[in-house]
Amino acid sequence: MALSNETIQSQLEAKFADQVHTFSTESGILSFESPKEINLKVLQFLFDEPSLGFTFLTDLCAVNYPDNIGAELVVVYHLHNFTENIRLRYSVATSIAAPDVFTASKLFESANWMERETYDFFGVNFVGHANLKRILNVDEMDYFPLRKEFPLEDQTRIDKDDEMFGRG
Amino acid sequence: MEAQHNITLPEGSIEKQTTTLNFGPTHPATHGVFQNIMEVDGERVVSTVQTVGYIHRAFEKLAERRPLYQITPITDRLNYCSSPINNMGWHLTCEKFLKVETPKRVDYLRVIIMELARISDHLICNSIVGVDTGAYTGFLYVMQYRELIYEIYEEVCGSRLTTNIGRIGGFERNFTNAAFTKLEKFLNEYPKVLREFEGLFTRNRIFMERTQGTGGISAARAMNYGFTGPNLRAAGVDYDVRVQQPYSSYQDFDFTVPVGTTGDNYDRYLVRNAEMWESISIIRQAYEKVQAFKGTEAEVFHADVPEYYLPKKEDVYTKMEALIWHFKIVMGEIDLPKGQIYNAVEGGNGELGFYLVSDGGRTPFRLHFRRPSFIYYQAYPELIQGGMISDAVVTMSSLNLIAGELDA
Repeated sequence: MALSNETIQSQLEAKFADQVHTFSTESGILSFESPKEINLKVLQFLFDEPSLGFTFLTDLCAVNYPDNIGAELVVVYHLHNFTENIRLRYSVATSIAAPDVFTASKLFESANWMERETYDFFGVNFVGHANLKRILNVDEMDYFPLRKEFPLEDQTRIDKDDEMFGRG
Repeated sequence: MEAQHNITLPEGSIEKQTTTLNFGPTHPATHGVFQNIMEVDGERVVSTVQTVGYIHRAFEKLAERRPLYQITPITDRLNYCSSPINNMGWHLTCEKFLKVETPKRVDYLRVIIMELARISDHLICNSIVGVDTGAYTGFLYVMQYRELIYEIYEEVCGSRLTTNIGRIGGFERNFTNAAFTKLEKFLNEYPKVLREFEGLFTRNRIFMERTQGTGGISAARAMNYGFTGPNLRAAGVDYDVRVQQPYSSYQDFDFTVPVGTTGDNYDRYLVRNAEMWESISIIRQAYEKVQAFKGTEAEVFHADVPEYYLPKKEDVYTKMEALIWHFKIVMGEIDLPKGQIYNAVEGGNGELGFYLVSDGGRTPFRLHFRRPSFIYYQAYPELIQGGMISDAVVTMSSLNLIAGELDA
Protein backbone atom coordinates (compact mmCIF):
# COMPACT_ATOMS: atom_id res chain seq x y z
CA MET A 1 0.00 0.00 0.00
CA ALA A 2 1.49 3.19 -1.04
CA LEU A 3 0.69 6.28 0.91
CA SER A 4 0.22 9.28 -1.32
CA ASN A 5 -0.12 12.96 -0.61
CA GLU A 6 -3.78 12.77 -1.70
CA THR A 7 -4.56 10.01 0.82
CA ILE A 8 -2.94 11.99 3.61
CA GLN A 9 -4.93 15.05 2.66
CA SER A 10 -8.26 13.19 2.49
CA GLN A 11 -7.62 11.44 5.81
CA LEU A 12 -6.79 14.72 7.49
CA GLU A 13 -9.84 16.40 6.02
CA ALA A 14 -12.06 13.51 7.10
CA LYS A 15 -10.80 13.83 10.66
CA PHE A 16 -10.44 17.57 11.11
CA ALA A 17 -12.85 18.88 8.44
CA ASP A 18 -12.16 22.52 7.62
CA GLN A 19 -9.77 23.04 10.52
CA VAL A 20 -6.92 21.83 8.33
CA HIS A 21 -6.43 23.98 5.29
CA THR A 22 -4.02 25.51 2.76
CA PHE A 23 -2.90 22.18 1.35
CA SER A 24 -0.17 22.48 -1.25
CA THR A 25 2.56 20.29 -2.67
CA GLU A 26 5.99 21.70 -3.36
CA SER A 27 8.94 19.57 -4.51
CA GLY A 28 6.95 16.49 -3.57
CA ILE A 29 6.29 17.48 0.05
CA LEU A 30 2.69 18.05 1.09
CA SER A 31 2.25 20.99 3.41
CA PHE A 32 -0.79 22.17 5.31
CA GLU A 33 -1.80 24.44 8.16
CA SER A 34 -4.17 24.35 11.07
CA PRO A 35 -5.07 26.62 13.99
CA LYS A 36 -2.43 26.42 16.69
CA GLU A 37 -4.95 25.19 19.26
CA ILE A 38 -5.22 21.77 17.65
CA ASN A 39 -1.54 21.22 16.81
CA LEU A 40 -1.15 18.37 19.29
CA LYS A 41 -4.34 16.68 18.09
CA VAL A 42 -3.09 16.80 14.52
CA LEU A 43 0.39 15.55 15.41
CA GLN A 44 -1.03 12.79 17.60
CA PHE A 45 -3.42 11.74 14.83
CA LEU A 46 -0.59 11.64 12.30
CA PHE A 47 1.49 9.64 14.78
CA ASP A 48 -1.15 7.15 15.94
CA GLU A 49 -3.19 6.47 12.82
CA PRO A 50 -1.68 3.21 11.48
CA SER A 51 -2.23 4.15 7.85
CA LEU A 52 -0.37 7.46 8.32
CA GLY A 53 2.38 6.62 10.80
CA PHE A 54 4.32 9.87 10.89
CA THR A 55 6.40 8.76 13.84
CA PHE A 56 9.58 10.66 13.07
CA LEU A 57 9.97 14.37 13.66
CA THR A 58 12.67 15.45 11.25
CA ASP A 59 12.75 19.12 12.01
CA LEU A 60 10.98 21.79 13.97
CA CYS A 61 11.61 25.47 13.44
CA ALA A 62 9.85 28.80 13.14
CA VAL A 63 9.59 31.51 10.51
CA ASN A 64 8.80 35.14 11.23
CA TYR A 65 6.51 36.98 8.80
CA PRO A 66 6.30 40.49 10.28
CA ASP A 67 3.70 41.61 7.74
CA ASN A 68 1.11 38.96 8.59
CA ILE A 69 -0.58 40.81 11.41
CA GLY A 70 -1.92 38.36 13.98
CA ALA A 71 0.06 35.46 12.53
CA GLU A 72 3.60 36.78 12.64
CA LEU A 73 5.23 33.57 13.82
CA VAL A 74 4.81 30.25 12.08
CA VAL A 75 6.02 27.03 13.70
CA VAL A 76 6.93 24.47 11.06
CA TYR A 77 7.06 20.72 11.68
CA HIS A 78 8.71 18.39 9.18
CA LEU A 79 7.47 14.86 9.71
CA HIS A 80 8.63 11.66 8.11
CA ASN A 81 7.12 8.23 7.66
CA PHE A 82 10.06 5.84 7.27
CA THR A 83 8.11 2.80 6.10
CA GLU A 84 6.23 4.63 3.38
CA ASN A 85 9.17 6.98 2.85
CA ILE A 86 7.08 10.11 2.65
CA ARG A 87 7.64 13.53 4.17
CA LEU A 88 5.06 16.02 5.39
CA ARG A 89 5.23 19.67 6.35
CA TYR A 90 2.79 20.99 8.90
CA SER A 91 2.68 24.53 10.18
CA VAL A 92 0.75 26.51 12.75
CA ALA A 93 0.68 30.27 12.94
CA THR A 94 0.59 32.36 16.09
CA SER A 95 0.56 36.04 16.87
CA ILE A 96 3.76 37.58 18.13
CA ALA A 97 1.89 39.22 21.00
CA ALA A 98 0.82 35.88 22.50
CA PRO A 99 3.17 33.31 20.99
CA ASP A 100 1.81 30.30 22.87
CA VAL A 101 1.94 26.95 21.11
CA PHE A 102 1.49 23.57 22.77
CA THR A 103 4.69 21.57 23.09
CA ALA A 104 5.24 18.43 21.05
CA SER A 105 7.99 17.24 23.37
CA LYS A 106 5.73 14.69 25.06
CA LEU A 107 5.15 13.03 21.73
CA PHE A 108 8.64 13.38 20.27
CA GLU A 109 11.67 13.45 22.54
CA SER A 110 13.53 15.23 19.76
CA ALA A 111 11.14 18.19 19.96
CA ASN A 112 12.55 19.09 23.35
CA TRP A 113 15.73 20.78 22.15
CA MET A 114 14.29 21.89 18.83
CA GLU A 115 11.57 23.76 20.73
CA ARG A 116 14.15 25.27 23.03
CA GLU A 117 16.06 26.44 19.97
CA THR A 118 12.89 27.89 18.47
CA TYR A 119 12.11 29.63 21.75
CA ASP A 120 15.65 30.94 21.90
CA PHE A 121 15.55 32.53 18.47
CA PHE A 122 11.89 33.44 18.00
CA GLY A 123 10.41 33.56 21.48
CA VAL A 124 7.71 31.00 20.77
CA ASN A 125 6.38 29.98 24.17
CA PHE A 126 5.85 26.22 24.05
CA VAL A 127 3.15 25.62 26.63
CA GLY A 128 3.84 22.55 28.75
CA HIS A 129 7.51 22.28 27.90
CA ALA A 130 9.44 20.96 30.90
CA ASN A 131 12.56 23.06 30.48
CA LEU A 132 11.90 25.97 28.16
CA LYS A 133 15.04 28.08 28.42
CA ARG A 134 17.62 29.42 26.04
CA ILE A 135 19.92 26.87 24.51
CA LEU A 136 22.40 28.41 22.07
CA ASN A 137 22.35 32.02 23.26
CA VAL A 138 23.31 33.31 26.68
CA ASP A 139 20.63 33.21 29.36
CA GLU A 140 20.87 36.96 29.94
CA MET A 141 19.80 37.82 26.40
CA ASP A 142 16.57 39.79 26.44
CA TYR A 143 15.51 39.61 22.81
CA PHE A 144 14.84 36.94 20.19
CA PRO A 145 17.48 37.44 17.52
CA LEU A 146 16.02 35.64 14.49
CA ARG A 147 12.90 37.78 14.48
CA LYS A 148 12.84 40.13 11.54
CA GLU A 149 12.74 43.18 13.78
CA PHE A 150 16.46 42.60 14.43
CA PRO A 151 18.25 43.33 11.18
CA LEU A 152 21.89 42.43 10.77
CA GLU A 153 24.16 45.37 11.33
CA ASP A 154 24.31 47.74 8.41
CA GLN A 155 27.82 47.63 6.94
CA THR A 156 27.64 51.28 5.92
CA ARG A 157 26.75 52.73 9.29
CA ILE A 158 28.95 55.65 10.32
CA ASP A 159 27.98 56.21 13.93
CA LYS A 160 30.55 53.69 15.14
CA ASP A 161 34.13 54.79 15.61
CA ASP A 162 35.90 51.67 14.55
CA GLU A 163 39.03 52.58 12.64
CA MET A 164 40.57 49.15 13.05
CA PHE A 165 37.89 47.61 10.90
CA GLY A 166 37.72 50.25 8.24
CA ARG A 167 34.78 52.22 9.58
CA GLY A 168 34.62 55.75 10.89
CA MET B 1 37.19 44.90 62.79
CA GLU B 2 34.99 43.34 60.20
CA ALA B 3 33.54 39.95 60.92
CA GLN B 4 35.46 37.16 59.27
CA HIS B 5 33.57 35.54 56.41
CA ASN B 6 33.84 31.83 56.11
CA ILE B 7 33.21 30.02 52.89
CA THR B 8 29.50 29.42 52.55
CA LEU B 9 28.56 26.17 50.88
CA PRO B 10 25.26 25.66 49.13
CA GLU B 11 22.66 24.12 51.38
CA GLY B 12 22.69 20.35 51.44
CA SER B 13 26.09 20.06 49.79
CA ILE B 14 27.67 18.31 52.78
CA GLU B 15 24.87 15.78 53.12
CA LYS B 16 24.84 15.15 49.38
CA GLN B 17 26.21 11.73 48.54
CA THR B 18 27.17 12.50 44.95
CA THR B 19 29.87 14.69 43.50
CA THR B 20 29.30 17.40 40.95
CA LEU B 21 31.82 17.16 38.14
CA ASN B 22 32.29 19.86 35.56
CA PHE B 23 33.31 18.08 32.39
CA GLY B 24 34.26 20.52 29.67
CA PRO B 25 33.80 22.90 27.89
CA THR B 26 37.47 22.71 26.90
CA HIS B 27 38.38 19.34 28.28
CA PRO B 28 40.79 17.41 26.02
CA ALA B 29 38.56 14.34 26.13
CA THR B 30 35.50 16.09 24.74
CA HIS B 31 37.07 16.77 21.32
CA GLY B 32 35.21 20.02 20.92
CA VAL B 33 33.43 22.62 22.94
CA PHE B 34 31.03 20.56 25.01
CA GLN B 35 30.19 21.14 28.62
CA ASN B 36 28.56 18.60 30.89
CA ILE B 37 27.75 19.19 34.50
CA MET B 38 27.66 15.66 35.81
CA GLU B 39 26.44 14.27 39.09
CA VAL B 40 28.67 11.31 39.78
CA ASP B 41 28.49 8.65 42.44
CA GLY B 42 32.04 7.40 42.65
CA GLU B 43 32.78 6.80 39.00
CA ARG B 44 29.20 6.23 37.93
CA VAL B 45 27.25 8.95 36.19
CA VAL B 46 23.97 9.65 37.95
CA SER B 47 22.78 12.48 35.75
CA THR B 48 24.16 15.14 33.50
CA VAL B 49 23.13 18.51 32.17
CA GLN B 50 24.65 19.71 28.92
CA THR B 51 25.45 23.27 28.02
CA VAL B 52 25.77 24.05 24.34
CA GLY B 53 26.17 27.15 22.25
CA TYR B 54 29.75 28.12 23.01
CA ILE B 55 30.58 28.51 19.34
CA HIS B 56 27.21 29.63 18.08
CA ARG B 57 27.78 31.92 15.10
CA ALA B 58 24.24 32.75 14.01
CA PHE B 59 24.53 31.11 10.59
CA GLU B 60 20.80 31.17 10.05
CA LYS B 61 20.71 34.93 10.57
CA LEU B 62 23.80 35.49 8.42
CA ALA B 63 22.24 33.49 5.61
CA GLU B 64 19.29 35.86 5.49
CA ARG B 65 21.47 38.55 3.97
CA ARG B 66 23.52 36.48 1.55
CA PRO B 67 22.84 35.39 -2.00
CA LEU B 68 22.83 31.61 -2.40
CA TYR B 69 26.43 31.15 -3.49
CA GLN B 70 27.70 33.07 -0.46
CA ILE B 71 25.99 30.61 1.87
CA THR B 72 28.19 27.72 0.73
CA PRO B 73 31.16 28.82 2.89
CA ILE B 74 28.80 28.95 5.88
CA THR B 75 27.86 25.32 5.37
CA ASP B 76 31.58 24.39 5.44
CA ARG B 77 31.64 25.32 9.05
CA LEU B 78 28.85 23.04 10.17
CA ASN B 79 30.35 19.56 10.18
CA TYR B 80 33.90 20.51 9.32
CA CYS B 81 35.04 16.87 9.19
CA SER B 82 33.04 16.41 6.00
CA SER B 83 32.52 19.92 4.60
CA PRO B 84 32.14 18.74 0.99
CA ILE B 85 28.94 16.88 1.88
CA ASN B 86 27.53 20.04 3.43
CA ASN B 87 28.52 22.07 0.38
CA MET B 88 27.00 19.55 -1.99
CA GLY B 89 23.91 19.30 0.17
CA TRP B 90 23.46 23.03 -0.10
CA HIS B 91 24.03 23.06 -3.87
CA LEU B 92 21.60 20.19 -4.31
CA THR B 93 18.99 22.05 -2.26
CA CYS B 94 19.42 25.17 -4.38
CA GLU B 95 19.30 23.16 -7.57
CA LYS B 96 16.14 21.40 -6.53
CA PHE B 97 14.61 24.72 -5.55
CA LEU B 98 15.63 26.41 -8.79
CA LYS B 99 14.78 23.29 -10.82
CA VAL B 100 18.26 22.94 -12.26
CA GLU B 101 19.08 19.65 -13.98
CA THR B 102 22.69 18.59 -13.53
CA PRO B 103 24.53 16.43 -16.07
CA LYS B 104 25.28 12.83 -15.04
CA ARG B 105 29.01 13.43 -15.02
CA VAL B 106 28.57 16.19 -12.44
CA ASP B 107 26.47 13.85 -10.32
CA TYR B 108 29.12 11.14 -10.42
CA LEU B 109 31.94 13.55 -9.62
CA ARG B 110 29.90 14.80 -6.70
CA VAL B 111 29.34 11.26 -5.51
CA ILE B 112 33.10 10.70 -5.55
CA ILE B 113 33.72 13.80 -3.46
CA MET B 114 30.85 13.10 -1.07
CA GLU B 115 31.93 9.54 -0.45
CA LEU B 116 35.52 10.63 0.11
CA ALA B 117 34.19 13.07 2.66
CA ARG B 118 32.13 10.34 4.30
CA ILE B 119 35.25 8.16 4.57
CA SER B 120 37.26 10.98 6.13
CA ASP B 121 34.41 11.71 8.56
CA HIS B 122 33.96 8.09 9.65
CA LEU B 123 37.70 7.64 9.79
CA ILE B 124 38.09 10.46 12.27
CA CYS B 125 35.16 9.29 14.34
CA ASN B 126 36.24 5.68 14.56
CA SER B 127 39.86 6.44 15.21
CA ILE B 128 38.91 8.93 17.93
CA VAL B 129 36.82 6.22 19.57
CA GLY B 130 40.03 4.22 19.47
CA VAL B 131 41.98 7.06 21.08
CA ASP B 132 39.42 7.36 23.85
CA THR B 133 39.69 3.67 24.62
CA GLY B 134 43.45 4.00 24.83
CA ALA B 135 44.65 3.02 21.36
CA TYR B 136 46.44 5.89 19.67
CA THR B 137 48.10 3.90 16.90
CA GLY B 138 45.09 3.56 14.64
CA PHE B 139 44.39 7.28 14.79
CA LEU B 140 47.90 8.25 13.85
CA TYR B 141 48.05 5.65 11.11
CA VAL B 142 44.87 6.58 9.27
CA MET B 143 45.67 10.30 9.43
CA GLN B 144 47.88 9.78 6.38
CA TYR B 145 44.88 8.78 4.36
CA ARG B 146 42.72 11.60 5.56
CA GLU B 147 45.61 13.75 4.39
CA LEU B 148 45.41 12.10 0.98
CA ILE B 149 41.68 12.80 0.84
CA TYR B 150 42.38 16.43 1.70
CA GLU B 151 44.94 16.54 -1.10
CA ILE B 152 42.26 15.37 -3.50
CA TYR B 153 39.99 18.20 -2.31
CA GLU B 154 42.89 20.54 -2.79
CA GLU B 155 43.32 19.42 -6.39
CA VAL B 156 39.63 19.91 -7.03
CA CYS B 157 38.88 23.18 -5.24
CA GLY B 158 42.10 24.54 -3.78
CA SER B 159 41.37 24.18 -0.09
CA ARG B 160 41.40 21.44 2.47
CA LEU B 161 39.20 21.80 5.52
CA THR B 162 36.63 24.48 4.79
CA THR B 163 36.35 23.49 1.19
CA ASN B 164 33.65 25.67 -0.42
CA ILE B 165 33.74 23.01 -3.12
CA GLY B 166 31.58 23.20 -6.21
CA ARG B 167 29.03 25.74 -7.33
CA ILE B 168 25.30 25.70 -7.96
CA GLY B 169 25.13 23.58 -11.10
CA GLY B 170 28.40 21.72 -10.77
CA PHE B 171 32.06 22.34 -10.07
CA GLU B 172 34.11 25.49 -10.52
CA ARG B 173 36.52 23.63 -12.80
CA ASN B 174 37.02 20.18 -14.20
CA PHE B 175 38.91 17.62 -12.15
CA THR B 176 42.61 17.69 -13.01
CA ASN B 177 44.56 14.60 -13.91
CA ALA B 178 46.43 15.00 -10.65
CA ALA B 179 43.13 14.67 -8.81
CA PHE B 180 42.34 11.42 -10.59
CA THR B 181 45.87 10.10 -10.02
CA LYS B 182 45.52 10.79 -6.32
CA LEU B 183 42.09 9.20 -6.31
CA GLU B 184 43.57 6.06 -7.89
CA LYS B 185 46.33 6.04 -5.32
CA PHE B 186 43.71 6.30 -2.61
CA LEU B 187 41.61 3.49 -4.07
CA ASN B 188 44.66 1.27 -4.36
CA GLU B 189 46.14 1.86 -0.95
CA TYR B 190 43.29 2.67 1.36
CA PRO B 191 41.53 -0.75 1.47
CA LYS B 192 44.71 -2.30 2.83
CA VAL B 193 44.98 0.39 5.47
CA LEU B 194 41.35 0.06 6.45
CA ARG B 195 41.79 -3.70 6.82
CA GLU B 196 44.76 -3.10 9.09
CA PHE B 197 42.77 -0.50 11.02
CA GLU B 198 40.00 -3.05 11.53
CA GLY B 199 42.63 -5.55 12.60
CA LEU B 200 43.65 -3.18 15.35
CA PHE B 201 40.15 -2.71 16.73
CA THR B 202 37.34 -4.94 15.58
CA ARG B 203 38.29 -8.09 17.48
CA ASN B 204 40.53 -6.35 19.99
CA ARG B 205 39.55 -7.64 23.42
CA ILE B 206 40.10 -4.35 25.23
CA PHE B 207 38.30 -2.34 22.58
CA MET B 208 35.34 -4.72 22.55
CA GLU B 209 34.98 -4.70 26.30
CA ARG B 210 35.16 -0.94 26.44
CA THR B 211 32.57 -0.37 23.71
CA GLN B 212 30.13 -3.27 23.86
CA GLY B 213 27.11 -2.53 25.98
CA THR B 214 28.01 1.09 26.59
CA GLY B 215 26.07 4.03 25.23
CA GLY B 216 23.37 1.79 23.80
CA ILE B 217 19.96 2.90 22.63
CA SER B 218 16.96 0.97 21.33
CA ALA B 219 15.62 1.56 17.83
CA ALA B 220 12.35 2.99 19.16
CA ARG B 221 14.10 5.44 21.49
CA ALA B 222 16.57 6.40 18.79
CA MET B 223 13.73 7.23 16.41
CA ASN B 224 11.88 9.17 19.06
CA TYR B 225 15.06 11.12 19.74
CA GLY B 226 15.33 11.93 16.04
CA PHE B 227 18.48 9.92 15.39
CA THR B 228 19.52 9.47 11.77
CA GLY B 229 22.60 8.29 9.95
CA PRO B 230 25.04 5.74 11.37
CA ASN B 231 23.74 6.24 14.90
CA LEU B 232 20.21 5.19 13.92
CA ARG B 233 21.44 2.40 11.68
CA ALA B 234 23.53 1.01 14.53
CA ALA B 235 20.27 0.67 16.47
CA GLY B 236 18.83 -1.41 13.64
CA VAL B 237 16.81 0.99 11.47
CA ASP B 238 17.91 0.87 7.84
CA TYR B 239 17.20 4.50 7.06
CA ASP B 240 19.65 6.09 4.67
CA VAL B 241 18.74 9.23 2.72
CA ARG B 242 20.90 8.04 -0.19
CA VAL B 243 18.57 5.08 -0.61
CA GLN B 244 15.25 6.50 0.54
CA GLN B 245 15.38 9.75 -1.40
CA PRO B 246 18.24 9.37 -3.87
CA TYR B 247 19.97 12.58 -4.88
CA SER B 248 22.92 13.17 -7.17
CA SER B 249 22.15 9.90 -9.04
CA TYR B 250 22.78 7.62 -6.06
CA GLN B 251 20.17 5.32 -7.59
CA ASP B 252 22.76 4.36 -10.23
CA PHE B 253 25.02 2.76 -7.65
CA ASP B 254 24.98 -0.64 -6.09
CA PHE B 255 25.63 -0.59 -2.35
CA THR B 256 24.24 -1.98 0.86
CA VAL B 257 23.19 -0.14 3.99
CA PRO B 258 24.89 -1.74 7.00
CA VAL B 259 22.82 -1.93 10.16
CA GLY B 260 23.60 -2.89 13.74
CA THR B 261 21.39 -4.33 16.44
CA THR B 262 22.16 -2.92 19.87
CA GLY B 263 22.89 0.71 19.05
CA ASP B 264 25.87 0.72 21.41
CA ASN B 265 29.30 2.17 20.82
CA TYR B 266 30.61 -1.04 19.30
CA ASP B 267 27.77 -1.27 16.78
CA ARG B 268 28.23 2.34 15.83
CA TYR B 269 31.89 1.59 15.22
CA LEU B 270 31.01 -1.47 13.11
CA VAL B 271 28.40 0.40 11.08
CA ARG B 272 30.83 3.21 10.31
CA ASN B 273 33.53 0.75 9.29
CA ALA B 274 31.16 -1.15 7.03
CA GLU B 275 30.03 2.13 5.51
CA MET B 276 33.60 3.00 4.65
CA TRP B 277 33.85 -0.23 2.65
CA GLU B 278 30.61 0.67 0.88
CA SER B 279 31.94 4.14 0.18
CA ILE B 280 35.06 2.70 -1.39
CA SER B 281 32.90 0.55 -3.62
CA ILE B 282 30.69 3.53 -4.54
CA ILE B 283 33.77 5.61 -5.40
CA ARG B 284 35.09 2.80 -7.62
CA GLN B 285 31.75 2.56 -9.43
CA ALA B 286 31.54 6.32 -9.81
CA TYR B 287 35.10 6.55 -11.08
CA GLU B 288 34.36 3.89 -13.69
CA LYS B 289 31.28 5.77 -14.78
CA VAL B 290 33.23 9.01 -15.00
CA GLN B 291 35.90 7.34 -17.11
CA ALA B 292 33.26 5.99 -19.46
CA PHE B 293 32.47 9.52 -20.67
CA LYS B 294 34.30 10.22 -23.90
CA GLY B 295 34.90 13.25 -26.10
CA THR B 296 33.04 16.43 -25.22
CA GLU B 297 31.01 14.61 -22.59
CA ALA B 298 34.19 14.05 -20.61
CA GLU B 299 34.64 17.82 -20.40
CA VAL B 300 31.28 18.50 -18.74
CA PHE B 301 31.64 19.70 -15.19
CA HIS B 302 28.69 22.01 -14.69
CA ALA B 303 25.11 22.52 -15.75
CA ASP B 304 24.04 25.37 -17.98
CA VAL B 305 22.65 27.83 -15.44
CA PRO B 306 24.03 31.26 -16.29
CA GLU B 307 21.89 32.91 -13.59
CA TYR B 308 23.73 31.09 -10.81
CA TYR B 309 26.93 29.63 -12.21
CA LEU B 310 29.79 32.12 -12.44
CA PRO B 311 31.10 32.28 -16.02
CA LYS B 312 34.73 31.60 -16.87
CA LYS B 313 37.01 34.52 -16.17
CA GLU B 314 38.31 34.65 -19.76
CA ASP B 315 34.74 34.94 -20.99
CA VAL B 316 34.01 37.72 -18.53
CA TYR B 317 36.82 39.75 -20.09
CA THR B 318 35.90 39.02 -23.67
CA LYS B 319 32.17 38.33 -23.91
CA MET B 320 29.35 40.72 -23.16
CA GLU B 321 26.86 38.16 -21.92
CA ALA B 322 29.32 36.53 -19.55
CA LEU B 323 30.22 39.96 -18.19
CA ILE B 324 26.55 40.73 -17.52
CA TRP B 325 25.97 37.45 -15.67
CA HIS B 326 29.17 37.84 -13.73
CA PHE B 327 28.09 41.30 -12.62
CA LYS B 328 24.57 40.19 -11.73
CA ILE B 329 25.76 37.20 -9.72
CA VAL B 330 28.50 39.04 -7.87
CA MET B 331 26.30 42.02 -7.07
CA GLY B 332 23.57 39.64 -5.93
CA GLU B 333 21.00 41.02 -8.32
CA ILE B 334 19.23 37.79 -9.12
CA ASP B 335 15.85 37.30 -7.50
CA LEU B 336 14.95 33.84 -6.27
CA PRO B 337 11.60 32.28 -7.05
CA LYS B 338 9.01 32.31 -4.28
CA GLY B 339 8.44 29.15 -2.30
CA GLN B 340 9.91 26.82 0.22
CA ILE B 341 11.81 23.57 0.15
CA TYR B 342 13.15 21.00 2.54
CA ASN B 343 15.94 18.91 1.14
CA ALA B 344 18.20 16.49 2.95
CA VAL B 345 21.40 14.65 2.22
CA GLU B 346 23.06 11.82 4.08
CA GLY B 347 25.78 13.75 5.88
CA GLY B 348 28.78 12.27 7.63
CA ASN B 349 26.83 11.86 10.84
CA GLY B 350 23.20 11.79 9.77
CA GLU B 351 20.48 13.51 7.85
CA LEU B 352 21.63 17.02 7.09
CA GLY B 353 18.57 19.01 6.08
CA PHE B 354 18.15 22.46 4.61
CA TYR B 355 14.83 24.23 4.99
CA LEU B 356 14.80 27.22 2.67
CA VAL B 357 12.00 29.76 2.58
CA SER B 358 12.09 32.39 -0.14
CA ASP B 359 9.80 35.39 -0.51
CA GLY B 360 11.09 36.20 -3.98
CA GLY B 361 13.96 38.35 -2.78
CA ARG B 362 17.66 38.02 -3.51
CA THR B 363 18.48 36.15 -0.36
CA PRO B 364 16.67 33.41 1.56
CA PHE B 365 13.86 34.77 3.71
CA ARG B 366 14.68 32.06 6.20
CA LEU B 367 17.16 29.24 6.14
CA HIS B 368 17.16 26.52 8.74
CA PHE B 369 19.74 23.78 9.01
CA ARG B 370 18.66 20.43 10.39
CA ARG B 371 21.88 19.54 12.17
CA PRO B 372 22.11 15.90 13.23
CA SER B 373 24.68 16.60 15.97
CA PHE B 374 22.30 18.99 17.70
CA ILE B 375 19.67 16.28 17.78
CA TYR B 376 22.00 13.50 18.97
CA TYR B 377 23.43 15.47 21.82
CA GLN B 378 20.05 15.74 23.46
CA ALA B 379 20.07 11.98 24.04
CA TYR B 380 23.50 12.02 25.64
CA PRO B 381 22.36 11.95 29.31
CA GLU B 382 20.15 8.94 28.61
CA LEU B 383 22.99 7.13 26.85
CA ILE B 384 25.53 7.57 29.63
CA GLN B 385 23.31 7.34 32.70
CA GLY B 386 24.46 4.62 35.07
CA GLY B 387 27.71 4.08 33.20
CA MET B 388 31.26 5.00 34.07
CA ILE B 389 32.71 8.44 33.34
CA SER B 390 35.30 6.86 31.05
CA ASP B 391 32.50 5.26 29.02
CA ALA B 392 30.77 8.62 28.77
CA VAL B 393 33.87 9.91 26.99
CA VAL B 394 33.77 7.05 24.49
CA THR B 395 30.04 7.53 23.94
CA MET B 396 30.55 11.18 23.14
CA SER B 397 33.13 10.39 20.47
CA SER B 398 31.15 7.52 19.09
CA LEU B 399 28.08 9.71 18.51
CA ASN B 400 30.32 11.75 16.22
CA LEU B 401 29.34 15.05 17.76
CA ILE B 402 30.84 18.02 15.97
CA ALA B 403 30.62 21.25 17.93
CA GLY B 404 30.54 23.39 14.81
CA GLU B 405 27.46 21.64 13.56
CA LEU B 406 25.78 21.45 16.93
CA ASP B 407 26.00 25.17 17.60
CA ALA B 408 25.53 26.34 14.00
